[in-house]
Amino acid sequence: MIEPKQIIKDFPILNREIGGHKLVYLDNAATSQKPRAVIDAISHYYEHYNANVHRGIHTMSEEATAAYEGVREKIAAFIDVDNTCEIIYTRNTTEAINLVAYSWGRQNVLPGDEIVLTPMEHHSNLVPWQQLAAEREAKLVFLELTDDGQVNMDSARALIGPKTRLVAVTHMSNVLGTIVPVKEIAALAHKVGAVVLVDGAQSVPHMPVSVKDLDCDFLAFSFHKMLGPTGTGILWGKKELLEAMPPFMFGGDMISSVAREKSRFNELPWKFEAGTPNIADVIASGAAIDYLSNLGMENVRQHEIEITRYALKKLGGLKDMVIYGPKEAEQRGGVIAFNMDGIHPHDLGQILSDSGIAIRAGHHCCQPLMKDLKVMGTARASFYIYNTEAEVDLLAAALEEADKVLGHVAVR
Amino acid sequence: MSLSDDLYRETILDHYHQPRNTGTIEAPTAQVEGVNPLCGDELTLYLKVSQDGKIDDVKLTAHGCSINTASGSMMSEAILGQSVERAREIIGTFKEMMLSKTDTAELVDDLEDLEALRGVKKYPVRIKCALLPWNTLLEGLDCADPKQTTTAVKTFTET
Repeated sequence: MIEPKQIIKDFPILNREIGGHKLVYLDNAATSQKPRAVIDAISHYYEHYNANVHRGIHTMSEEATAAYEGVREKIAAFIDVDNTCEIIYTRNTTEAINLVAYSWGRQNVLPGDEIVLTPMEHHSNLVPWQQLAAEREAKLVFLELTDDGQVNMDSARALIGPKTRLVAVTHMSNVLGTIVPVKEIAALAHKVGAVVLVDGAQSVPHMPVSVKDLDCDFLAFSFHKMLGPTGTGILWGKKELLEAMPPFMFGGDMISSVAREKSRFNELPWKFEAGTPNIADVIASGAAIDYLSNLGMENVRQHEIEITRYALKKLGGLKDMVIYGPKEAEQRGGVIAFNMDGIHPHDLGQILSDSGIAIRAGHHCCQPLMKDLKVMGTARASFYIYNTEAEVDLLAAALEEADKVLGHVAVR
Repeated sequence: MSLSDDLYRETILDHYHQPRNTGTIEAPTAQVEGVNPLCGDELTLYLKVSQDGKIDDVKLTAHGCSINTASGSMMSEAILGQSVERAREIIGTFKEMMLSKTDTAELVDDLEDLEALRGVKKYPVRIKCALLPWNTLLEGLDCADPKQTTTAVKTFTET
């Protein structure tokens, strides 16, 4: 059971006022706020055991290495992985996907191969594949969506076939909130020998995710969307795939021995972690995992279903409101994209900001999806563990005010 | 809600709800599509410039936010009937007001409405919304050639 009133106390920033109003933070799909434990983990590292990892035989280096490597075990438990050598630290989801596109993609994708995506991919799970496809003369194939923004599984059965080399899909849309049936899609892909990459940027922070259950081959996600600091992310991959892949970046830490002309590369996972890593933020990401694990991801998901159900009803009752994506809270994450009464999303965002309410407005790094929806952009409210139904009420009230000022737009 | 604040003050809302000089011009001297890819604002500007260099007609079709729409509407009023030379001066004055780090002189007389947009300066990300119609107009004036019978068609992208 999630009790936002208790949780709020752990987040210093949530005391902030904006223009005399208490902050209502509803932009969690962009980045989450950080609990005291995460903030403290960063300063504790710098104040007490700041040292480089994997080198130096001094006490602080050993402490830093133990803390940094220890986070791999927490992550493994969090996403149901047995072998920590499959957990690779990256800067973020985008870098994790690029790692696969450069390393696995350049080795495995051949002319005529097909890369299957959904039309609701974030640019970070689209642009790297566009580049790869152009370079390799491969083809991008897009699954179809139903009217309420769910993957049409008939199209998946029809489009995933012998030419499919890779299926790269989001687990949860950052616009529509749609939860994609990754497990079913992965089964279809594996039947034809294709590899499956899952963009977990929105799902891993908000629901229990088991890579064993999904049976995917790669999973990418970022810590800053799950209470952790910016600048840390994860690529998980199946060991046999990762072992066969060439390094993505070269330099220190990713080698086992270096001679003048030639080097031997380190083993997994360090083969993919060149240079001094983001030690402090990885350690603080461990604190974020501890925080979420304490709450229980089933409880996090349940809280978001409830607040999303409430918000769908409350916002859905406003005049001339268009809400995109699946109708039922159970089918979606805590992300609600909407447009109201022809008001430009940036105007909505600005007026809500005057009431201390932070939402996102724009194309959400999903320009092709905006085109499919036939909109310039949308407003978007997205929830997390510290959000309450009372905040949804504030959002609805502010939207009604905005409509009074800016609604009823003359046809231009 | 600070609805009375600078950004959405009455003049802006008036032009937003009832934008002036909207529509198209048959066989214009210049037709320019202005786009701000960041926020998706789009507008098309039509100009009719006479042989002696006067702006005989200006029309806009816009799909943008309140700032963008209001700015375009005010601009059309400010330049309609003016010489191209005077229009360029007005553009210069307006852009200076929006971009200058220091306070510029208050706009008066027939440019008085434009003063309402000064408040947008407090919201840096939206200055471009206000500038898009003006930069599109500049492009239009640059390519308009009244001696030609064909329309000069251009696009302008805010970067």
